[in-house]
Amino acid sequence: MNTTEQHPADTPRPAPGGRPNTPAALDIRNLRMRLPHTARPVLDGVDLTVGAGETVALVGESGSGKTLTSRTVLRLLPAGTTTEGTVHVAGDDVLTMNARQLRHLRTRTAAMIFQDPRAAINPLRRIGDFLTESVRLNKIMTPAAAQARAGELLEAVGLTTEVPRRYPGQLSGGMLQRVMIAAALMGDPTLLLADEPTTALDVTTQAEVVALLGDLRARFGTGLLFVTHDLGLAAAISDRVYVMYAGRIAETGPAASVFARPRHPYTKALLDSTPGLDAPPGRLVAIDGQPPDLRREPTGCPFAPRCAHATELCTTETPRSMPARGEPAHTAACHHSDRLEGTPGDA
Amino acid sequence: MPEPLLEVRGLCRTFGDVRAVDDVTFTLPDGGSLGIVGESGSGKTTTARIVVGLDRADAGHVRVRGQDRTTQPRGRAERLARARQIQMVFQDPYLSLDPRTSVEAVLRETLELHRPGTDPAPRIRELLDQVGLGTRAADALPRELSGGQRQRVAIARALAVEPAVLVLDEAVAALDVSVQAQILNLLADIRDATGVGYLFITHDLGVVRCVTDDVIVMRRGRIVESGRTADVLALPNHAYTRLLMDSVPRPGWDPHAIGAARRALRNDDTPA
Repeated sequence: MNTTEQHPADTPRPAPGGRPNTPAALDIRNLRMRLPHTARPVLDGVDLTVGAGETVALVGESGSGKTLTSRTVLRLLPAGTTTEGTVHVAGDDVLTMNARQLRHLRTRTAAMIFQDPRAAINPLRRIGDFLTESVRLNKIMTPAAAQARAGELLEAVGLTTEVPRRYPGQLSGGMLQRVMIAAALMGDPTLLLADEPTTALDVTTQAEVVALLGDLRARFGTGLLFVTHDLGLAAAISDRVYVMYAGRIAETGPAASVFARPRHPYTKALLDSTPGLDAPPGRLVAIDGQPPDLRREPTGCPFAPRCAHATELCTTETPRSMPARGEPAHTAACHHSDRLEGTPGDA
Repeated sequence: MPEPLLEVRGLCRTFGDVRAVDDVTFTLPDGGSLGIVGESGSGKTTTARIVVGLDRADAGHVRVRGQDRTTQPRGRAERLARARQIQMVFQDPYLSLDPRTSVEAVLRETLELHRPGTDPAPRIRELLDQVGLGTRAADALPRELSGGQRQRVAIARALAVEPAVLVLDEAVAALDVSVQAQILNLLADIRDATGVGYLFITHDLGVVRCVTDDVIVMRRGRIVESGRTADVLALPNHAYTRLLMDSVPRPGWDPHAIGAARRALRNDDTPA
């Protein structure tokens, strides 16, 4: 690992939009998606950007649409899906790409790291084959160049040069996830999509993988979309956060301000229901009820049935995203944002 | 001195060359809640499985109210009696329920096995009520239920025979935080109402803080620290406990320092 790196708290983080004159690594505008046999869209007007070299967390519970959003970026969609809106990766619209452009996107421009490395690696092939397969098959590099690049990346993720000769079964989960990260960086992507990349790992291993992703972002300038259900993790690692509920962005803003002063009751409820080490002891504040299912079309705010602040307005009119006073980058889709006290969540 | 509810003494279990559980000793008082914390490979799950009786120990004892349960049970009656002492709730509610058996049938099967000749219906209603499931859920198959509802069914099934001890192996780890909070609150209510003791196996220190009175921290088969949960989390003595606590992500978190501490701890280890 590169020990000359400053640690992330000292590194200035790029503002939303990232470096000037570079197209955003990812720019999703008004994405709506419907699956067959559902009453409501699974994604309903999602707007999300990841600037060049920026780390963005997408937080939500099961069924919120966070994984679907990240998979849409590689156009890995379930059969029968209809989409509206645009998804630009490094300036190109993913939803209108032809097969050749799509292959280029998936091998070069963007890469994905999945939750379970064991499910994403062929157990019968050596690590070295796995790392170089994509760039060799797509004739991006010569076999020799691919091997050299693989060696360089394995070193960058803290693995030794004998790893390419090993089989996946001979490595631990943390080591395999490092291999996955190295594989994702082989094509030198502009955008890295990480879908719960540390959920299957032990907490101390999680810290090492997160530190590694931070170093690599600084070193290679890769934009990172980090999909997670863990609010604490999102707060710890990201520049900006999006909180999703029922296929919509409930709240977004700089990580520090979203967690210190949540403006959507759902974000606040999530923070309150997490059993943290600093939270007040005793009973947790659980969120009653269930997220809305896909069989019914909700009217108004999808969180209203579970929300303590809900009024009649919430059940009739869908709230639009509104910025906080004095903080244009921090927006929430709630009619009653101003009624939420500025109680710190988990600071 | 009265016998403790659960007493585990000198428990050992090896798999080949690996000492998965190495001289583990703890007690759980009546109505108490004890957390076992550790990472994968720490031996926490193997300990739990031996306590429940799903695995055997090479050495050591597991006693419930003074009664040894380490030896082979003699016959069906003794096996059932042991099952009534300790019940288990597993991590994944999608795997721990039979997909073809309705909620009511799951509970009826358990009750008819352990209490033959009694009408199970009133107890089934009571159990569903206790875990916050309506009678409407009684006819549902597992696939018609959410993850949180399934875990409520698994808890109801474990409580059906009124066990003295409930072993919960990462029982909330697979749930969304909002649902996890509902289940943790439910478990606290059940302990207050029934006086059942909990052995709570988890990797999550936030969960330990929330639902346990005492905690033991395991690493590589051994207990490295134990005490009152509040004391251990306020002033951890062992470097490994501190590492686990520092590893919980929060704002201002420094993953690089954790990586360095982890490597330092590994280098300190005497060769196994």
